[in-house]
Amino acid sequence: MHPAFSVIFLTTLIGTGQGLFLALYTGQVYAFFHLLSEQASKGFYLGGSLIALSLLIAGLIASFFHLGHPERAWRSAAKWRTSWLSREVLALPAFMGMVLLYGAAHWLDWNQPLVTIGTLTLSATMVFGALGTVLCFVLFVCTAMIYACLKFLQEWHSPLTVINYLLLGSASGFTLATAYSVYAAPELMGFYGKWAIIITLLAMVTRVASLMRNCKLKPKSTLQSAIGVRHNKIVQQAQGFMGGSFNTREFFHGKSKILLRSVKWVFLITVFVLPLLLLAGGLSTSVTVLLSAAFLVQYAGLLAERWFFFAQANHPQNLYYQAIS
Amino acid sequence: MEMTQLALVIDLNVCVGCHACVTSCKEWNTSGQAGSMSDDRPYGADPTGTFFNRVQTYEIGAFPNTETLHFPKSCLHCEDPPCVPVCPTGASYKRKEDGIVLVDYDKCIGCKYCSWACPYGAREIDEHQKVMKKCTLCVDRIYDQNLPEAERKPACVLACPTSARLFGDVHDPESVVSAAIRENGGYQLMPEWATKPASHYLPRRKTRIKIHADELSRADNPLKKERQLPQPGKSEPSLDDVTSW
Ligand code: SF4
Ligand code: SF4
Repeated sequence: MHPAFSVIFLTTLIGTGQGLFLALYTGQVYAFFHLLSEQASKGFYLGGSLIALSLLIAGLIASFFHLGHPERAWRSAAKWRTSWLSREVLALPAFMGMVLLYGAAHWLDWNQPLVTIGTLTLSATMVFGALGTVLCFVLFVCTAMIYACLKFLQEWHSPLTVINYLLLGSASGFTLATAYSVYAAPELMGFYGKWAIIITLLAMVTRVASLMRNCKLKPKSTLQSAIGVRHNKIVQQAQGFMGGSFNTREFFHGKSKILLRSVKWVFLITVFVLPLLLLAGGLSTSVTVLLSAAFLVQYAGLLAERWFFFAQANHPQNLYYQAIS
Repeated sequence: MEMTQLALVIDLNVCVGCHACVTSCKEWNTSGQAGSMSDDRPYGADPTGTFFNRVQTYEIGAFPNTETLHFPKSCLHCEDPPCVPVCPTGASYKRKEDGIVLVDYDKCIGCKYCSWACPYGAREIDEHQKVMKKCTLCVDRIYDQNLPEAERKPACVLACPTSARLFGDVHDPESVVSAAIRENGGYQLMPEWATKPASHYLPRRKTRIKIHADELSRADNPLKKERQLPQPGKSEPSLDDVTSW
């Protein structure tokens, strides 16, 4: 497939925003269960929520560049019963609203206990956070299923696609939370840093697993099944036009195999190896600028990862477009 | 199963790859109510544009045992179309009454998701109108009461000089298309994805008769009609010697 930058930015930006929100709430949940002595300030939550929200808005803006008729975008909420794209269109604003509510509730100090269970006190911010977490996971699933549900794009048609969207988004969000806590809540830096390392490691395992799976894929469609002729040697002589069409522009990345392979190694290093080293270095030496660098490198790497994700998918329609004339 | 499922049957045995269906399709549909099908640089070095139908060519086998196959390709109006449920707006839909898969150009947001979901590459975005386009089976002429009945067919079917394109209801066992599929080994493209394309293709067919040596003379031949006649010797007078014209 031809990687579209609008979709690359959409998926990486909202993934990071979602991950950051999960990080904020994870901190609060730890404090709720008294597993974390430090409770961050309300400014930390508001600021974090606003950063997450900005990332989500930036992703939403990027997505509009993908549409031929952005002014009709509202129509895309119609078919949520059948279309994962439509579901994403609903889940994204719902999640954005909940992130805003979560940050606002913290700012307004809605931490008074609504219910008390033993030593645990449940407050409005906890409830909003829980709802936000549900919506966050829904959004991850919707985004990933847009790709994973297309069965003949075999590289995408796997539960690993959903797991990778979830883990890669969370990894970048937790890394961002680590960098953010340096300025807003230094006492939480270690907590977020360790989680960022764990999630980045997990994401590395699942992303490498999907690379290995894709290596072994055998295309179900062949030129034989595409035109229905049983012969081992079929060569296309003409595809019906000379100057290219939507079919040749949308479904081919047009780059060399070597470039594709280089991008794969670039993203494996910049999404996983370097950020892990930078996070570990930043946490152990308290050279905190390394933590910011970890996020920037990881986000840039995710752009390459997403580019590769699209480029690697091989659409069966390409069988019909192998030779110009 | 819907009552009616309109479709094309394309006979690869007689298609000569003349592109008459391509040009007639473009001519009819670009002048239709839904607006033109835009082109870029139509007379330039790198022309491109929106088409509903393309004719491709394949070479099968290795020289000297090769065969050329001309292969027209357009939307197959799948009975289980993967392009329809993915559309977020409902712009892509399959008509209940006749099974035609259509795009509502006024609802389409140009997200291209449906084109990703068609394994055949049958959908093309119009780069200027920014909406998804595809074959409509000439829905704007097959029901047109102002046309003589014989002309209420898709433009490509009428244009084909070799009658390689048949049009009809594949759910009606008596229709020409059903008979053609049944009797001539009609098949579907990429059956592995269970899209159930309504349009079928008829394969290249060789017409051969098998004659055994003993069939060359009659086994039952009481009058010896085909026996070897006596050959006159070389020195015998020939017919030319005994007659004078
Ligand atoms: S051929 Fe493609 S566009 Fe046409 S109905 Fe089937 S899946 Fe949809
Ligand atoms: S491009 Fe148009 S028809 Fe296709 S999925 Fe998007 S809105 Fe639906």
